[in-house]
Amino acid sequence: MRLSTKLLAVPAVLALGLTACSTSSSGGGASTGASSSAAATSVSCDTPSDVKKGDNTKTIYLVSKGFQHRFWQAVKEGAEAAGKDLGYKIEFVGPPSEKDTTVQLDQLETALSSKPAAIGLAALDTNAASDVLKRISDAKIPLIAFDSGVDSDDPLTTVSTDNTAAAGEAAKHMVELTGGKGTVGLVCHDVTSQTGKQRCEGFKSYIAQNAPEIKLLEPLVAPSVEEATGAAKSLIQSNPDIVGIYGTNEASATGAVQAATEVNKADLKVVGFDSGKIQIQAIKDGKQAGAVTQSPVKMGCETVIAAAKAINGDQLPKTIDSGYAWYDKNNIDSAEIKPNLYE
Amino acid sequence: MSTTAPDTATTPGRLVTTLRSSLQQVFVFGALIVVYVFFMFAARGFSDPAILPDILLRSAPIGIMALGATFVIATGGIDLSVGTGLSLCAVMTAYFMGGQFMNLPLALGLLLAILFGGLVGVVNGTNISILGLPPFIATLGMMMVARGLALVISDTKPMQIENPDFKVLSTVQTIPGIPNAALIFLLLTVVAAVLLNKTLLGRYALAIGSNEEATRLSGVNVKKWKILIYMTAGLFMAMGAIIYSARTAVVQPAEGLGLELDVIAAVVIGGTSLAGGRANIIGTFVGALLMKTLLTGLQMMQVNQSWQFVVIGVIVLAAVFADNIRRARAAAA
Repeated sequence: MRLSTKLLAVPAVLALGLTACSTSSSGGGASTGASSSAAATSVSCDTPSDVKKGDNTKTIYLVSKGFQHRFWQAVKEGAEAAGKDLGYKIEFVGPPSEKDTTVQLDQLETALSSKPAAIGLAALDTNAASDVLKRISDAKIPLIAFDSGVDSDDPLTTVSTDNTAAAGEAAKHMVELTGGKGTVGLVCHDVTSQTGKQRCEGFKSYIAQNAPEIKLLEPLVAPSVEEATGAAKSLIQSNPDIVGIYGTNEASATGAVQAATEVNKADLKVVGFDSGKIQIQAIKDGKQAGAVTQSPVKMGCETVIAAAKAINGDQLPKTIDSGYAWYDKNNIDSAEIKPNLYE
Repeated sequence: MSTTAPDTATTPGRLVTTLRSSLQQVFVFGALIVVYVFFMFAARGFSDPAILPDILLRSAPIGIMALGATFVIATGGIDLSVGTGLSLCAVMTAYFMGGQFMNLPLALGLLLAILFGGLVGVVNGTNISILGLPPFIATLGMMMVARGLALVISDTKPMQIENPDFKVLSTVQTIPGIPNAALIFLLLTVVAAVLLNKTLLGRYALAIGSNEEATRLSGVNVKKWKILIYMTAGLFMAMGAIIYSARTAVVQPAEGLGLELDVIAAVVIGGTSLAGGRANIIGTFVGALLMKTLLTGLQMMQVNQSWQFVVIGVIVLAAVFADNIRRARAAAA
């Protein structure tokens, strides 16, 4: 009985938590907690000076994937910073969860009917919006896709993370950390999805081209922390000369850190990807050398900059890299990195 | 007639049955030795004596779940819910013990988590024996329910169990050289062997698997015992989940899917018949060990992941095929 009442309480507690979360974030910069508004003030964009500025009357309307993750809060902060620089009002909305495709469509309709100067969309479903997107194009409102593309020619450009290049950045730091010599292992979370493949291959090709003295081991695939731990331990035990392990997401990196701890190999350099509470803690504790994070702040900036250019009638490239950033113990609390990290 | 029915199912030469099951043990155990010795030569670092306790540590979560699943498969049933059930039990463990949740002390948290696993088993058992759902469907449904609940309760985020005592259940070595998880796995194997061979639970599981109708007619409350058997599988599932999450003390709510097939493979390699009526706990133990030995050895040999699947798949097929031949011969003799 006790057990079941507690179980019933779980969704209720979660619902409360979610509501609290979404109200604080949708309230905008002013009403967010002290820590995040402090972060918001420190967010800045590398806004190019050759873009013609607006007069603060026009709106750039951004439809995101919601506020469930800290990631989107950071995108919003970046977008608002760029909007301030370029003289545009920013309207930033998103559905309550990443499953609410229809809510997102409604928000896109609302965006269209408010006749903004430009619209940005981080589509939850690559197909579902095609009809609305067509009408946005017909209304001659510039459309920018961000975070993920859509199966449509309507967006003028897509602003997203280049995972291959980001994995190359991780490899660059692995080379620096190991002095470009020794055996390095890979624990990849997935080699079938596009993202997983790019994160694995991007690392391999950077090492192959730039660090001929590093011996790269066959990547082991581990979809879970537990599997990643076992795989990383196999790598260490069969290669006494191993100097580093790269994990392609938080779970893979966490597994590598755990394996190194189990065999007391404190000098093993573990390089990871993304952020997350556990990985951030491992980096702060010095158990993990560092990681590459996507740059949600830059994603927000670049989306607004692209929108402003489109409003001015400038040509845009087909894709725009929203960037990535290396972080480690030294810069984890810095103003450039902190807004990009999400738990 | 009706009173002797369960006996006719099990007695046609008790000696022969015992001999048969021990032959299977010898077969799987022999395969394990061959594979192990092969890797000692073929994989660099594998001959290190520290590898064996490591493989035991790695086999423990799957192995412990497979011990419980052996009872279910002995009845001719199947439990597809152990993979995502593991995620759900791990999430519940984190929910009971995690700092930002209920933050219960270790013993109470573990007890509740294990009871929760038992509850999942009781629901499975009830759906099967009272509502009459086929085990495949009932546990397929539970597989989806558990997957969803794990995501809802965790809010799809990784959960951490900060309690420092929690890791005592995994890599800490009370006996030098042997991780506690390996020790717990060995201990639970003994418990499961006693349950299967020396108690009514085990005997009725085998009897139901041999001939459910005859067992019922002989006065056994088949419905009740089936619920208890699925509950046993649930309890072992929760213990497996606890050992699984104790290694890193991190629970990722979406990662258990697919483990149910590893569990079933371990049981089948061990010589338990999917048709029911024949089960072998030591075989299950060795089966789990064999799978993780292959995984570790192939990883240490730097064999490409895709080929690892192929090799493990072939071993499963070979084990079942060898078992079939042996049974056909025994039947012909």
